[in-house]
Amino acid sequence: MHETMVAKNLLEQITEAAQAQNAKPVAAKISCGKLNAINDEVLRFAFEAIAKDTLCRDVKLQIIHKPLQAKCKTCSHVFPIEFSKPQCEKCDSDQFELLPDAPLMLEEIELETEKNHEKNKY
Amino acid sequence: MKKINIEKKILSENEKCAIENTFFFTEQKISCLNMISSPGSGKTTILAETITVLKDKIKIGVIEGDIQTDIDAERIRATEAPVIQINTEGACHLSAVQISRALKELPVDSLELIIIENVGNLVCPSAFELGEAGKIVVLSVAEGDDKPAKYPVIFAKSKVLLINKIDLLGHVDFDIERAKADARRLNKNIRIFPISAKTGEGMSHWYDWLIKNVEQVKMRQ
Repeated sequence: MHETMVAKNLLEQITEAAQAQNAKPVAAKISCGKLNAINDEVLRFAFEAIAKDTLCRDVKLQIIHKPLQAKCKTCSHVFPIEFSKPQCEKCDSDQFELLPDAPLMLEEIELETEKNHEKNKY
Repeated sequence: MKKINIEKKILSENEKCAIENTFFFTEQKISCLNMISSPGSGKTTILAETITVLKDKIKIGVIEGDIQTDIDAERIRATEAPVIQINTEGACHLSAVQISRALKELPVDSLELIIIENVGNLVCPSAFELGEAGKIVVLSVAEGDDKPAKYPVIFAKSKVLLINKIDLLGHVDFDIERAKADARRLNKNIRIFPISAKTGEGMSHWYDWLIKNVEQVKMRQ
């Protein structure tokens, strides 16, 4: 449910960036790590609900999940860690350190060009 | 279509405020711990007991986070420790700006430790940094030994795991070794203290850890 606050921040940032370009946003690409615990369905639902009557009403969200990386203490291999099987994919050791998780980022937005805008009008 | 690169952290506002809180704690030489668990794990009882027992050793202040009511703050107030209640009005977690506001109301000059009791929830609070020095996750045995495996994020991020209500161990199916092993799979450094805030069993180990934690923060330059 923390996705509602994520959605609120996201809406503000997309709006700000689009307004700076004087255009309407239609898509946004975001990325997150595993420890941000983002559920796509919940985030989309929350975003749609708050974006409904705003400049961002037509924004489609693309959500990219980046794996959490770990470094094996036995063989130094860096590998994506699975919570269900936390061990090195190369040597099976369970001695590893977690590397910093990917932050929750707004990567890019797509703006409607003038031409598209006209087309949508009619 | 025109694409523009943004590359900005979505929770940057919260993060900025969390960093300001960290600076504040460092400057004031206050240790701050963020306590997270499901509803009903016994966070408030642990806190009230801890404050009462350590009264003459550590000056503790509390920030209580709840969706509604000041029931928890009342229980802390009974121990005479300073406490600020935050009502989130539906939000499932505390955010850094709420902590920053609460800090203005707490008598921080006389405090050595601030414990934040987050909203009862094992998922959402783990995603929001508040500027704390560490997270304390509480799991009560009645919740089941599968919780570290099912909610790995908070167990991976916490400094300490308090396994509470161990006085109930004979009455519920809770394999304490399984819970410990699952918590340690992702977090080799997590300190685990099995306790009963009700009977006092195991609490001395938690108190020793807290006292050491506060001393370390005070010694830091």
